[in-house]
Amino acid sequence: MTLNSLTISEARDKLRSKEIKATELTEACLSAIEAGNEALNAFVLVTADKAMDAAKESDKRLAANKNVGALEGIPLGIKDLYCTKGVRTTACSHILDGFEPPYESTVTQNLWDAGAVMLGKLNMDEFAMGSSTETSHFGACINPWRAKDKTEKLVPGGSSGGSSSAVAAGLCLGATASDTGGSIRQPAAFTGTVGIKPTYGRCSRWGMVAFASSLDQAGPIARSIRDAALLLQAMASHDLKDSTSVDKPLPDLEKALGQPLKGLRIGIPKEYRVEGMSAEIEALWQKGIAIFKDAGATIVDISLPHTKAALPAYYIVAPAEASSNLARYDGVRYGLRVNGRDIIDMYEETRSEGFGAEVKRRILIGTYVLSAGYYDAYYLKAQKVRSLIKRDFDDAFEKVDAVLTPTTPTPAFALGSQGGSDPLEMYLNDIFTVTVNMAGLPGLSVPAGFSSEGLPLGLQIIGKPFDEALVLRAGQVIEDAVGRMPIPAPWWAGSKAPIPKKPAPDKKPSAAESEAAAKKGAAKSKPRKRQNGST
Amino acid sequence: MTKSQIDEATVKRIAHLARVKVSSQEAHSLQRELNGILAWVEELNAIPTDEIVPLTSVGGAKLHMRADVVTDGGKAADILKNAPKSEDHFFLVPKVIE
Repeated sequence: MTLNSLTISEARDKLRSKEIKATELTEACLSAIEAGNEALNAFVLVTADKAMDAAKESDKRLAANKNVGALEGIPLGIKDLYCTKGVRTTACSHILDGFEPPYESTVTQNLWDAGAVMLGKLNMDEFAMGSSTETSHFGACINPWRAKDKTEKLVPGGSSGGSSSAVAAGLCLGATASDTGGSIRQPAAFTGTVGIKPTYGRCSRWGMVAFASSLDQAGPIARSIRDAALLLQAMASHDLKDSTSVDKPLPDLEKALGQPLKGLRIGIPKEYRVEGMSAEIEALWQKGIAIFKDAGATIVDISLPHTKAALPAYYIVAPAEASSNLARYDGVRYGLRVNGRDIIDMYEETRSEGFGAEVKRRILIGTYVLSAGYYDAYYLKAQKVRSLIKRDFDDAFEKVDAVLTPTTPTPAFALGSQGGSDPLEMYLNDIFTVTVNMAGLPGLSVPAGFSSEGLPLGLQIIGKPFDEALVLRAGQVIEDAVGRMPIPAPWWAGSKAPIPKKPAPDKKPSAAESEAAAKKGAAKSKPRKRQNGST
Repeated sequence: MTKSQIDEATVKRIAHLARVKVSSQEAHSLQRELNGILAWVEELNAIPTDEIVPLTSVGGAKLHMRADVVTDGGKAADILKNAPKSEDHFFLVPKVIE
């Protein structure tokens, strides 16, 4: 039995019924990491001893049935952008070499308070700037998915590529991620996982390495809608340490999942039908529309007129905020220091060596658009466009309850194939996701099908502010109809190979089958028959 | 928005403002990349925004007020723990005053 391929909800039920132990579950993940991480490079730091200690504590609480948390004994990966007390946190940048925060981020503290176990820190684009996890100082992360009959390495999306790769490959049961322009949803779509960026303010940003403060938001990546709901429930909180965190109660998200969609209005924005969109993305979108119709929802054509302006406006706002946020890395208080002739020279040498090419590019763009004489022309203009983008959504939500779009314009692409000579090419990955950040809305990516080459594709559901419950509920309808994505045949596992038993079947198990099997297994407290470690 | 084409000297000036050392070779490729990005964002000029109030906060929530009291502190050792160079509870930097 491969415990690491359980979903969080399955593992939770088995832990509570004493069918499995938290230590066994954590051990299974640690062996999967040991076997697979060399090929995938999803974890940049594994905290095996801490994980086993935490799992032992979970087992004690579970055995005593006392103070059992909502995520008791669930092993998770943590994006390297969350400060973890005494555990190296670098946002995968050279400039934060060896930084060991003396404090814990609010989001991760919430997870540990709920009983979750940290396996280690996950790879990401440097300072979350990228869509492929290739800009990491620790090297590129690899997607566990490969095109049919091919061995070419594909990117896991980004910036939360370590999170998406690790979850998709079964190295952990779930992961934290973060989303500034699509960094949870795009990697989720590329790896057949579920990712939700909640409403701005739902999760505290305290202790998260800042990229663009008015856009950054924490969220989970998981293997099912239910798991994403469980993780978000634990991660979200009102926090006095983050003045933008919102004091608004979060409903029971897991309970909300079963409610029918009948009578709900789903908006289809015509502006998302972009030029050159592939036929298979269009077909995927139509499939999503058909699923919602079948579920009794009403489909409404809507217009979000400023969609096309969102990405260029984002590339003013985000670099501007980044150039300001990243001013703190000066070689004085933490991280890398490169000596110079004088203090200014030390700053310049440190930042030149410490930052990668993409980060420098964005710092310079940000510095330029905020510099004297240009502020109104760029930054103020972009903030006005941002108002228009938000107004588009406000108007749309008068007519609909949620919006359905594709998550990405393409499936996962090959390593090194994008953005080499033109950074704009990489930026276009976020064309469907970035509007959501600009307006501060909740957005979910749910696996909805496969490309012609057998790669996962995702659909995005956008909700009204603070309506994560509805977004997840709608996502559950897609997951039920399409099926949860299997863990692909584990080509990445070394000779120890704890995951593989037999190659993946050609036919993917349907959601109905896996859900039914999961329920049955949990109810009877018996290990259920599994197909190649999928589900 | 101005039709801006930035030259290599401007790239170096911005880099200095941002305290990032760039070589001439880097400045050259950055000039091309930055101009590409700036030309692309020029398309925002086509959108009329004279009457529009810039968006500064998506939530629109009021900031929380709390009592003006000390809630944290006394952690000098923690704060200096990650410093590349420190002495007697101070960060050490190259001499700034002659």
